Amino acid sequence: MAQDILVVGELADGALSATTVELLGAAVRLAEGGRVSVTLLGSAAPAAAAPAFAAGADRAFVSGDGGYEPFRSDPWVAAVQAAITQAQPAVVLLAQSTVGRDLGPRLAFRLDTAAAMDCVQLAIEGGSFRATRPCFGGNALASYSFATSPAIATARAKSQDALDPPRAGATGETVALPGPAEARTEVTGREQAAATGLRLQDAPVVVSGGRGLGGPEGFRLIEQLAAAIGTHRAAVGSSRAACDMGWYPVSQQVGLTGKVVTPDLYIAVAISGASQHMAGCSGAKAIVAINRDPEANIFKAARYGIVGDYKLVLPPLIEAIRALD
Amino acid sequence: MHFVVCAKQIPDPETPPSAFRVDEAKKEVIPPQGIAPVLSQFDGIAAEAALRIKEQTSGTRITVISLGQERARDAIKQVLAMGADEGVLLDDATFQGGDSYTTARTLAAAIRKLGDVDAVFCGRQAADWDMGQVGLGIAELLGWPCAIIASSVQCAEGKLTVKRVLADGFETVRVPLPAVVTVSNELGEPRYPKLQQIMQAARKTVRSMTPAELALDPSTVGAAGARLKLERLFVPVAGGDCEFMPGDTPQAQAVALAKTLRAARIL
Ligand SMILES: Cc1cc2nc3c(=O)[nH]c(=O)nc-3n(C[C@H](O)[C@H](O)[C@H](O)COP(=O)(O)OP(=O)(O)OC[C@H]3O[C@@H](n4cnc5c(N)ncnc54)[C@H](O)[C@@H]3O)c2cc1C
Ligand SMILES: Nc1ncnc2c1ncn2[C@@H]1O[C@H](COP(=O)(O)O)[C@@H](O)[C@H]1O
Repeated sequence: MAQDILVVGELADGALSATTVELLGAAVRLAEGGRVSVTLLGSAAPAAAAPAFAAGADRAFVSGDGGYEPFRSDPWVAAVQAAITQAQPAVVLLAQSTVGRDLGPRLAFRLDTAAAMDCVQLAIEGGSFRATRPCFGGNALASYSFATSPAIATARAKSQDALDPPRAGATGETVALPGPAEARTEVTGREQAAATGLRLQDAPVVVSGGRGLGGPEGFRLIEQLAAAIGTHRAAVGSSRAACDMGWYPVSQQVGLTGKVVTPDLYIAVAISGASQHMAGCSGAKAIVAINRDPEANIFKAARYGIVGDYKLVLPPLIEAIRALD
Repeated sequence: MHFVVCAKQIPDPETPPSAFRVDEAKKEVIPPQGIAPVLSQFDGIAAEAALRIKEQTSGTRITVISLGQERARDAIKQVLAMGADEGVLLDDATFQGGDSYTTARTLAAAIRKLGDVDAVFCGRQAADWDMGQVGLGIAELLGWPCAIIASSVQCAEGKLTVKRVLADGFETVRVPLPAVVTVSNELGEPRYPKLQQIMQAARKTVRSMTPAELALDPSTVGAAGARLKLERLFVPVAGGDCEFMPGDTPQAQAVALAKTLRAARIL
């Protein structure tokens, strides 16, 4: 049964965010012939309409007003609410991002409906929308249906597939949204995390260290391992325990409350493999675990493992990787 | 000033995955043997945020509210021992089996009933269902602004200054009171109550509020009012069999790993 879907779009560095493209792909599949709309807000929004049509949208609700940047909840809620009023979608999809974490629940309460957060599967079952999400730190999965409409769901990055191939040259309808409503929140400062080359989420290899490193010095070995693999290929991550101790920047935390990474290779060093950590890396194609405890949970998810003290394993591993080819 | 801390009692999220079980028929988590429920981590940190402001602002009172069954009293007692002044337990059969919507609705009604609340402190997400909605829901229902995922909270001149954790950095925002803030672990560890404080907490008042007192229609709370219907709850099957690297020395194992990754074309 066809149903209309609205995606709350996000822009990153002037282009559609990767997750928005994925959500549009999911929307086309879920709509089953229904209409897919997208909201685009901010100075780069008008230019993002064409890529959004290629990614699956039939209609774009657009405001190019720079007042929508940086993201503040009040004007965004008002704009998306206006789009929902016009589009009357059965389902509203957002990314589990700074934007979606805020807007998803707020829209749900304002529209007197419900939201499911951080979903990894979105489906139509028996004609109705079904959202599946990890809970209990990733130990369990819960599937929900919705008693009210529209159903609102935020989706985890990389959990959905973009349209492949995209609809090259596709056109669609553009609807203008008004400029930003007043915000009760005033943004007074912003600190960008030090950009250390490759972004964690984009790196094909992630090497992460945990509490078992025993101190910040341990991360020097982790960084050397990443460098041996290649600074253009490998990024360094951290468990929350290590971030909480101040051993590594919060921006590099992998897990439920940190970043979700899906590299080809994830190397977990001195990390026990708590469910909340695995929530951020279980999508990796291969996991390598180095841990001195053979019973550590990380080995249950790992493809390859070494049981041993990282201080003894990493130096020869760095050598052996440098010696490849 | 009058602050509210929303605190939930949950199964211990540090329960080892091997001890975690669900009853798929009842769609419930089976409480693990011998592992006691705990105050949801982020709620202890939310209490810490409120207490830090209380220490600097004379005349500040903190009320801790929990929606849950009798055992939720322990969550309240813990926040009282940390230094909160009074507790409210929302324990009524009609409140049970709800979702984020009914929880926020019930908590918002209790906050409205208290009357003079300036700010509400919630955890960024309850560490059982990991939803992250109730703080924003309370804010929407009361018509207040909300700043989520705080790593520090300050209060001056009728405003909260909140440093928020973003995906790639931090942002500082200012919101006028009354407001809701949700707190993340980057704020720091919650204080550990001293024995004397635990004893004092036992004498602090914990009142209860009924649906009638809160003027809540029973059809809008608990299972009857829930909008999300849990269709299935299950434990996903864990991944593959780990191949342990052969060799008697770390050196030999390290070399084996490098070669294996190369042979598998992963490196
Ligand atoms: C709601 C919630 C959200 C959370 N979100 C996250 C999140 O996003 N990310 C996250 O990572 N965690 C998160 N956590 C925390 C999580 O539950 C764990 O506490 C955390 O992941 C543990 O980190 P760790 O593995 O580094 O430390 P530990 O669990 O202490 O493990 C250390 C490991 O190092 C090994 N080790 C010790 N010494 C050595 C050595 N010399 N050589 C080799 N191995 C050694 C030990 O055997 C052990 O397995 C969250 C928790 C909650 C409740
Ligand atoms: N039953 C409850 N009682 C008191 N506070 C709650 C309850 N459920 C949620 N909260 C508060 O709302 C926050 C977010 O919860 P949630 O939206 O369920 O992830 C929690 O960290 C608590 O501060």
